[in-house]
Parts: sequence; structure tokens; C-alpha cells
Amino acid sequence: MTGAGRPDVVVVGAGIVGAACARELALAGLRVLICESAFPGAGTTSAGMGHIVVMDDSPAQLALTALSRRLWQELEPELPPSCEDSRPGTLWIAGGPDEMHMVREKAVAYAEAGVRTEVLDATALAAAEPNLRPGLSGALLVPDDRVLYPPGAARWLLEDACARGADLRVGVRVTAIEGGRVSVEAGSGAEVLTCGAVVLATGVDAAQLVPGLPVVPRKGHLVITERYPGLIRHQLVELGYLHSAHAMSGASTAFNLQPRPTGQVLIGSSRELVGRDGSVNRRIAADMVRRAVEFVPALARCVTTRTWTGFRPATPDSLPLIGAWRNFPGLYVAAGHEGLGITTATGTAALIRAMLAGGNPPVDPAPFDPMRAMPALEAA
Amino acid sequence: MSRPLIMVRLNGADLRVEEGTSVAAALLNAGVAHFRSSPDGTPRGPVCGMGTCQECRVTIDGVPHQRSCMIECAAGMRVETGGLDG
Amino acid sequence: MAETLSADVAVVGGGPAGLAAAIAASAAGASTVLVDEGSRIGGQVWRHRDRASLPRTARELLERFDASAARHLSGASVVDARPGELVLVQGGDVIRLSARRIVIATGARELLLPFPGWTLPNVFGVGGLQALIKAGLDVRGRRIVIAGTGPLLLPVAATAVRHGAHVVLVAEQASRGALARFGLALLASPSGGKLVDAVRYRLAFRQAAFHTGTWIARAEGTDRVRQVTLASGRRTWHEPCDLVATACGLIPNGELGALLGCARAGAAIVVNERQETSVPGVFAAGECTGVGGEDLALVEGAVAGLVAGGRKPGRALMAGRRQLRRLAAAMTRAFAPRRELLARCEPGTIICRCEDVRCDALRGEWGSRQARLVTRAGMGACQGRVCGAALHALLGWDLPVVRPPVSPMSAAAYAELNAES
Repeated sequence: MTGAGRPDVVVVGAGIVGAACARELALAGLRVLICESAFPGAGTTSAGMGHIVVMDDSPAQLALTALSRRLWQELEPELPPSCEDSRPGTLWIAGGPDEMHMVREKAVAYAEAGVRTEVLDATALAAAEPNLRPGLSGALLVPDDRVLYPPGAARWLLEDACARGADLRVGVRVTAIEGGRVSVEAGSGAEVLTCGAVVLATGVDAAQLVPGLPVVPRKGHLVITERYPGLIRHQLVELGYLHSAHAMSGASTAFNLQPRPTGQVLIGSSRELVGRDGSVNRRIAADMVRRAVEFVPALARCVTTRTWTGFRPATPDSLPLIGAWRNFPGLYVAAGHEGLGITTATGTAALIRAMLAGGNPPVDPAPFDPMRAMPALEAA
Repeated sequence: MSRPLIMVRLNGADLRVEEGTSVAAALLNAGVAHFRSSPDGTPRGPVCGMGTCQECRVTIDGVPHQRSCMIECAAGMRVETGGLDG
Repeated sequence: MAETLSADVAVVGGGPAGLAAAIAASAAGASTVLVDEGSRIGGQVWRHRDRASLPRTARELLERFDASAARHLSGASVVDARPGELVLVQGGDVIRLSARRIVIATGARELLLPFPGWTLPNVFGVGGLQALIKAGLDVRGRRIVIAGTGPLLLPVAATAVRHGAHVVLVAEQASRGALARFGLALLASPSGGKLVDAVRYRLAFRQAAFHTGTWIARAEGTDRVRQVTLASGRRTWHEPCDLVATACGLIPNGELGALLGCARAGAAIVVNERQETSVPGVFAAGECTGVGGEDLALVEGAVAGLVAGGRKPGRALMAGRRQLRRLAAAMTRAFAPRRELLARCEPGTIICRCEDVRCDALRGEWGSRQARLVTRAGMGACQGRVCGAALHALLGWDLPVVRPPVSPMSAAAYAELNAES
């Protein structure tokens, strides 16, 4: 370690959430040590779509994502090119006229949260996104939603944290957490580190270190195409996406398309609970691609080049765990962000900073209390 | 042995090629070295000649990302080069 | 809607090994389908527009294949596979081919190691130049430098000269001593007659200098290559040229084996002497099991086809196989890329061509996964087939994981990959 003395905080996990928390805590003047077992962003951070999107599955989610997106926007001038930050916006698409009321309700909810939107009818939607199939009823445009490249963003957050005095140790696996102490295994052998507090940000692995933590892996597939600049202009999501994100059992796919700055199109999304089996499920992946082609027929002739899978850290009520795990003195959890880890990394970090370094939490932290009552986790 | 000649269109201009010639060979014979551009915009052309490296991609009959070394010229084929997306 | 086919034996690859396997399996009474990506059969070494231009062995094998009951799916790429089933794309159509036995005969590709200027247009592989000439590239009067390694160099140089090229020089990176040792091993093998071929090829390009222990240090040019710098340890010099053909030998195309779960040794699919892989019902033959030359590929293909077809290969065939495997080992030793070829990169040298990742963007201690995530090296169109092989040779990094689509496929075709995994 560079600085002498014990760290005020050990952040376990250098994914995007751990990286954002480490940076915020360093900004608050705390002495931070980050322990990462593989390399920055090696887990779910590198598997996902990298969207920064406001979602209103619940008021708490709306508040956290709106806050977080604003914080990403404030960071934007500092982000280097490796973060590949872009602002394509999102179109929440209504398949039929019966879904337009959902569009309008969403507009109201977002407006109350201070998030700019525009309701598009069928004509306006076709103008905004010419390659969408005809016959759609309209959409909610959320113009300020963003996309970035999560491994790049995680690395920058860590670099910035270290520039402000944090220490990053890579290839160090935390094996046990107790009040004020963290046991680690590094290449050089086992060590015990004393510290003030611990922030657990290990995503899908969170329950390994803290048995009973209600986080389970929720597998997703993604397929990416070759470069087709301009094929789509916005992130495209079907309104039914939220229903898919809700359901905790069975497999589901929901239409989700993303234009990357490279011109490649990222095709998502799927959800299933199958433990840690990362193999490609052809039926689910094909179903996902078929849905995408139904919405954007021009995609049919586009060349797909890669398929991969990842595991979202999911909780039974679809809200992350942010706060003190009071069974363990000094342990704070920042995990369970499901498909919103990139989006809410900044808001999570702001909450964690308020909890550890003092200050008013920027949103009500109660809905994210790790000790809250949860519906029972369904077995995979 | 001389082969029959067919006509293809290269970047809007007529080009006469021997039947059985691959699109890549036809382009190189026509003096084209810049088949497509890499992400940084540098010109690229065929390398492996067998469909592996993907560097020879061009747009054929309006469809981008076609591996020209793996495709034989056909009469009336339209070939476009020089883009980022093949 | 996908078309479905079924056969007893599916052979992937239409080069010497695949043809031999399909002929043998079919002769053994198995219903056989041969799947090949190219528009014509023959693979790489027997690529042709007219059969008359092929050597007699090749012509005869092609005739035997035509006369066999094996079915040929031409221009068909494998995009996905599980034991017992291949998913192909032919034109825009998806074909599901179920087969109790699969024989992988996907051959080898060139090992393209980066050096300054290697991405300039008109820098081809050695086999790449030959493939282009056979596909109609007009090389009359063009100044060509050929620099590579192994037996492939000679026929390529001869082909270029025969088609009117001005081959400036041919550089073999192996030393004269290594070549001599290999020549002796060749003499002692069933392929001894190849030495005569070698002499014939050399005579065909006799007006070009042949250097051993020599390699390309850099290529230079603006919009295309204009000159190369050659090095021989003792001296370096420049050669102006129009085209460059350069590679560092061959590496097995083992990706389909990897997708099927077969054990690999590096890129090569591991097989026993019956050409069985570690996965029941999956066989592999020829260069994809380890680079060993055409004669070995023919023998291995025959063994694989016989065993897949339920027959037992004869003793003479197996004896030939053993001898040719020994020769293959000698070939690998003789033509292993020298360390200078692994040390040519400058900070600005492109390593991943598909994503324009420079040498100085990579850290040696990362490994392929971290490199991919930080820089996108290996995530591009070729899915790491070029840079992955190079980084494996340069730094010992793992080869990329193989997932569908194994070959690029349209989203429309992808939507039909709908079997349970």
C-alpha cells in the first residue's frame, strides 16, 4: 500500500459499482483500498449492454435511475474516449394502441421525476426511427439516456479514485469479512487487513462472502452485429421489457436493441435463472434475435458476429441492496443491481458516500436497505 | 485457356472479367487496393485469401460485409468498395 | 424455415483430408455428406478454376469423389454445431444436418504475425497469394517478394512465376541447416518423392534468389506496399515491390472442434490413431489435427472415413500414418518461427486488424480475456482468428473461446438456430 496506516474503507470488487463507490469515498477524503480478485470489470460489468437508462419499474427505481443518469451526465466532460460515452436516447415502443396509455403514464411519471420525455405517435415514431416496422402505435422518447463502454468506464473510475489517493490491489481475493477485518488471499499468500468499514460490491458473487444475502445470478444473452452505422438511432425497448425484468422464474426474452458508437447493433435481452451455466442457449438466443428482426426488419440481412452470456446480480424485488448489513458491524453492501448496474453505479456511490462519510443521501435510501423484507427467492 | 468474359459493375463503372474470377481477384486486377477501411480509416485489402481474416469485405449487390475472396464474379454483379462497413 | 438433412457421416471441409474421408465413408456404405465453404471443392492446397491445372493425385481424388455416393454441399459454412448435428448457412438458407458421425477436416490457416506495415494493402499471406492467383489474380509483370516458411513457399513461388510474375526473391526464415535436416527426414519418409517436387518448383522460379534464414522486418508504402526491408541476421536490405506474400507457417483450424467440446493441444484438435477426438462420434483428420502436409492429410482422412463408416483401417494405411506423423513432427521442428519473427512489433504496430488495436495498447500480463475487454482485440469480424493466433504465438495467451456463430451469419439465419442446447 502507498499510504501508511489502515484503510478507512475496503471496497471489495472493482466492477463498475465498486469502482464508482471507491471514487466517491476517495473524493470524500477517506482512505480507500480496493480489492479485486481478477481484473477491473471482469465480471458482469464487461458482459452487459452499458446502457444508462431511466426506468420506472417502481418509484424507488425511478428515483435512483434518474439521479444516477444526472450524475453520469455531470461526469461526462471528464470521461476519456475509452468510455465511448454516447447519448442515443431511448424509445419505449408501444406495439399496439392499447399500449399507448402506458406510454402516456410513463411520460407523467418521468416528468414528476424531472426526466425529459416526448410522446411520439406512429408517424413521429417512424420519422424518428425509419427502420422500425410499420404498424407500431408510438413510443416514449427519453432523449437523454446514454450508452457507454462499461469496462472503460470502470477503469477510468478506478484511475480517478487512485489519483485521489485510493489503492487498488488486483489479483487479491477476499475470503472472509469480519467487523473491522478482511481476510485476503493474494499471490504472496494469505493476509488479514484491518479497516474501518467494508463495502461489498462483488455483484453475483456477493452471497459467497455474506451467506443469506439475497442476490442470485440472472443469466442474459447478447448478440452483436457487424458495423451498420445509422441502422438504428436510439436504444429501442419494448414496453413489455419491464414485465420480463419482473418475473423471477422461467426464461423470458424482451426486445432491446442498442446502437453502439462503432455502428454495431447490440441485440438483447433475455433472462433466466439457471445457476452459473454460461453456455449459449440457442433457443433463447435465436428467439431474442427473431424478436429483434420482427421490430427492425432491416436487421434480417445484417451479419451477426458474436454471442455471449452474462449474469445479472438479481434480488427478489428488483431493487439493489445499498446500505449497512447490520448482522456484520461495519459492512455495507452495494450489490444486486440486476440490469441497471451501469446506470445506477453513480447513484449507488453517492448513497454509500453519504452513509460512510456523512451528508444527506440524495435519494431516500430506505427502499434499498439490504435488511428489508423480501419476497422469497425462487429456486433456479 | 481463355475463359468467357462477363460484365460486372465496380463502383458504378463496367468491368469485364473472366468467368470464375473471384471478386477479390477482379478488384485487384482493376487496380483496387483499398477494399474497405479499418475502424481508424486506414485502407485494407485481402490478406488470407481464404475467408478467415475478413479484410477483403466489400458490398455486393447492395449487401455489405461480403468476403470478396470467397465469392465468384457473376454477370451483372454490383460491387462497391472503400466503405467502413465493407 | 430451415431445411433438414440427415446422413450417417458429415464431413466438414473439402480439401485432401475431407475428400479422402468422404470417399472412404461412402465406400464403407455410410450415407455421407461433405460440407465445404468454398464455391469449388479442393480446399486450399487444391484450389482451382480448371481441374486440368491440378496435380494428378488431386484430379484422381476429385474424380473418385464425384463418382462416389457422397453428397456435396458447396458454399456452405458451419455456423453452429453439437455432437450429432451441424447447422449450416448456404446462400441465405439455414440447413440443419444431423449426422451420427462428424468428421472435421477444416485444414489450417496461415499464421500471420504482425510486423511494421503488415496491414498495408497488397501484403498477402503466402497461401493467400496462391489462392488469389488461382482465383484469377493477374500477376504478370508484378514485382513480388515472397517470405515465409515451410513447404508451401516453393509451389507458391512457382505458381507466381508460371503466371508471369517477377518474383524478386523467396525468403525462407528457417536456417539452411534446418532445411537440410528436414530434407533428410523427408527422404526417409513415404513422402520422399516430394524432394523431386521441391527441385522442380525451385527450377520453376530459378530466376529468383532463394534465401534461407531470412525474413521481412518491415513493409513500407503509403496507400499500398511499395517496398520491404529484409533481414538475415547478418544484414538488412530493401526491395521495392508491388505485392508481398508473407506468413509464418500454418496453424490448425481447430475452432469447430472447440465448439464441439473436443480437447485441443493449442489450436490443433487432439485425435488418437483412429482419428477419434475426445468427443464420441466426432472425428478429425488432416491439418486441423496438426500441420503435417498433404500426404498425411490423405491418410488421416481415409482412416477417419473408414472408422466413421464402421470399418477398420488396414495395417498398411496405419503404418503409413505413423511414418507420416513422424515426418509432420520433423516439419514442425524445422519450420518453427524463429524468435526474430516474434520480436518485430513496434509500439504503433497494429496487432488486432479488425479493431485497430496497436501493440502499445496491450500489456503482456493481461491474457486474452482482459485484452479483449480493455481494447476489444479479438472482438472484431474475424473473432480473433488472426490476432488470437498471433498473441498465442507471441505471448502464450489462450486462444479465443468459440461460440456461435462460428462463421458470420445474418440475423435472419441466426433466428433459426432454435434447437435446445
